[in-house]
Amino acid sequence: MKKPINQQDRRDFLKATAMLAGGAMLSSIPLAGAYASGSDTIKIALIGCGDRGTGAAFQALSTKFNIKLVAMADAFQDRLDSSYQSLSGKFAAKMDVPKERQFVGFDAYLKAIPLADVVLLTTPPGFRPIHFEEAVKQNKQVFMEKPVAVDAPGIRKVLAAAEEAKKKKLNVVVGLQRRYQTNYRESMKRINDGAIGDIMSGQVYWNSGGVWVRPRKANQTEMEYQMRNWYYFNWLCGDHIVEQHVHNIDIANWIKNGHPVSVQGTGSRAWRTGKDYGEIYDNHSIELTYADGAVINSQCRHFEGISNRVDESFQGTKGKIYLSGSNQAIMKDYSGKELYNHNTKGNANPYQTEHDELFDAVSKGEYRFSNVDYAATSTFSAIIGRYATYSGQTIKWDEALASNISLMPERFAWDANPRLMPDEKGLYPIAIPGQAKVI
Amino acid sequence: MFKKLIAVALIAYPCAQISAQTSSDSYTQSINGTKLKFDMQAIPAGKFKMGSKTGKPDEQPVHEVKLDAFWIGKHEVTWDIFEPFLYRDYEKQASISAIPAEVDAVTRPTKPYFDMTFGMGKEHQPAVAMTQYNAIQFCKWLYVRTGIFYRLPTEAEWEYACKAGTETNYSFGNDAAKLGDYAWYKDNSDNKTHQVGQKKPNTWGLFDMYGNVSEWTYDQYIADFYSQSKDKTVENPVAVPEKLYPNVVRGGSYDETPNNLTSTARLASDPSWKQLDPQIPKSNWWFPEAPFVGMRLVRPVKTPSKAEIDAYYNKQPIKDF
Repeated sequence: MKKPINQQDRRDFLKATAMLAGGAMLSSIPLAGAYASGSDTIKIALIGCGDRGTGAAFQALSTKFNIKLVAMADAFQDRLDSSYQSLSGKFAAKMDVPKERQFVGFDAYLKAIPLADVVLLTTPPGFRPIHFEEAVKQNKQVFMEKPVAVDAPGIRKVLAAAEEAKKKKLNVVVGLQRRYQTNYRESMKRINDGAIGDIMSGQVYWNSGGVWVRPRKANQTEMEYQMRNWYYFNWLCGDHIVEQHVHNIDIANWIKNGHPVSVQGTGSRAWRTGKDYGEIYDNHSIELTYADGAVINSQCRHFEGISNRVDESFQGTKGKIYLSGSNQAIMKDYSGKELYNHNTKGNANPYQTEHDELFDAVSKGEYRFSNVDYAATSTFSAIIGRYATYSGQTIKWDEALASNISLMPERFAWDANPRLMPDEKGLYPIAIPGQAKVI
Repeated sequence: MFKKLIAVALIAYPCAQISAQTSSDSYTQSINGTKLKFDMQAIPAGKFKMGSKTGKPDEQPVHEVKLDAFWIGKHEVTWDIFEPFLYRDYEKQASISAIPAEVDAVTRPTKPYFDMTFGMGKEHQPAVAMTQYNAIQFCKWLYVRTGIFYRLPTEAEWEYACKAGTETNYSFGNDAAKLGDYAWYKDNSDNKTHQVGQKKPNTWGLFDMYGNVSEWTYDQYIADFYSQSKDKTVENPVAVPEKLYPNVVRGGSYDETPNNLTSTARLASDPSWKQLDPQIPKSNWWFPEAPFVGMRLVRPVKTPSKAEIDAYYNKQPIKDF
């Protein structure tokens, strides 16, 4: 499966490998320059004006700091307009986005990024690598949503930009909000202190009923259709194992303080097979094997009408823990004695905490966050999961990271064709294990 | 303002002559085109004392309320009947005949990004975490499926049905120690919902009125709402909701202590129930931080006019930022 890689890719790959080996513990390093006084306005730009991007902008503007939204960018005029309307309704005094700083199209980000101090990158994940790369190149601090890429070349781009961001001491916060959620933070503290010993196994789940669908409309080019119905196309979404399940896989990596060395699994389109559903699978079940031999199982599926489960369980040498995004954390030893039970009521909103902490650092001129290290690691763990279920092969981390298979279109334009095109019935080619070439 | 609320209420809930019910009035509703069904218990028209002298300030003053006859769900609404509404594709699987166009046209909830069962299961488990708007749209789906007007109980209807002719804290008396026979609550729930109908019913045949899930009513929560009814007999009172928050849920949940599970305790919905929704505008349909909220159906004996029914179902949702 190993393929030759060109010089640029090799450099990125080596950098990436070095970075992952190094890990990163940042201390608060005071930065020279802007905002140190707390009196200057922090200018932000929103790149990706969907409902989540609008939510992120709400959270940024809800912090106690002196922030102004100065630019907005989206591929679509209508998404930008509705976002602008929602934001103006609530934060009129913090909005400074006249028409000339509202940018629409594939290259809108290039125009918006230079105008800000901090950028919010919240488009579909396929664009994250090029947007993040550009933001770092222009010395911007970053909040970006998860996942941070959809394929190996994208991950290498993100890892290379992350190295640059560190050199430049640019704060980067990523929207894996469980890392900012009190039940997870409290649990990880206790686990790091040895409360349940070494983690030997775990089970992480995102089994739900699926997400929205945007059916094809007349007069849409194929590019516009895929951009609108983006969840179902891998160059934009990465499949739900990446887009959604990255949250739970990230908890596995967090608790193991590393990443899987190999992944194998199985998956299919068992149920969601119609033409509205692009190419992604509706179920994946994978096994993540870590360097110390620990194995963590993961399931994610989009099936309607059957049992759901979105949570994480882990077993250590001295006890076990149950965690969920609904603020739950229950830790027990093997005699059944409760070691910790987090109160699910009255917790802070983790989506808000992300921004409170980021802008606290930015306003004080301190360098505290390089979330992109673990975000890229967990994103890539999920991507490898997809490689494993699509191919039916056991996928090794290092080999996968060297892959040159890019999912991105060669040209970003409304009249350009994405790589994957529908047949005459409107159906797309689907990865078949044993036949699909993934790395 | 309170006068206005009552006035609006009289339009939405016409105070017509009380229809007679016969003893066979409790019935099982089949959901046309599916094998699904649910039970409705007949509640006679009558008067009762609403509120509690010993309760919290918002439960006072005790005042007399006169209600028309209605039916109320014997059980909380379960996922079994809620999911065909939630998932259009699943509805096809659960149907024994083609889905009529008018059913297909009902607006459905956005599929929740999170798991809205919170790991508590689905079969015979109460449906949870829906907004009041979602609960009303579910009623609309049932109406289109069955031709029968279902809606949420008013606070007064809920309390009347819960008290079942009693004036004690609970319909079985004042002894909270007996609560475990009737309710899933903090002390016995293992912090989750349970299948409906496993505990004892009240004397009017209603299960899980206390605990399991707090149940939606139609009323806006107004802390001193009862004060305008002091020393009066009010007919079919309701505080028609004009704001998104707060609205009243009743009966307490698996997560509540006995003092919040009385026949008269009122809980107000809160924007914090939606703080884990990371999108703007926030979902009109789901409360990712309210796994303890569910619903129970009511059918008035006197069916409102088509225009009144449409007005009830088709109120536009208030955007939530």
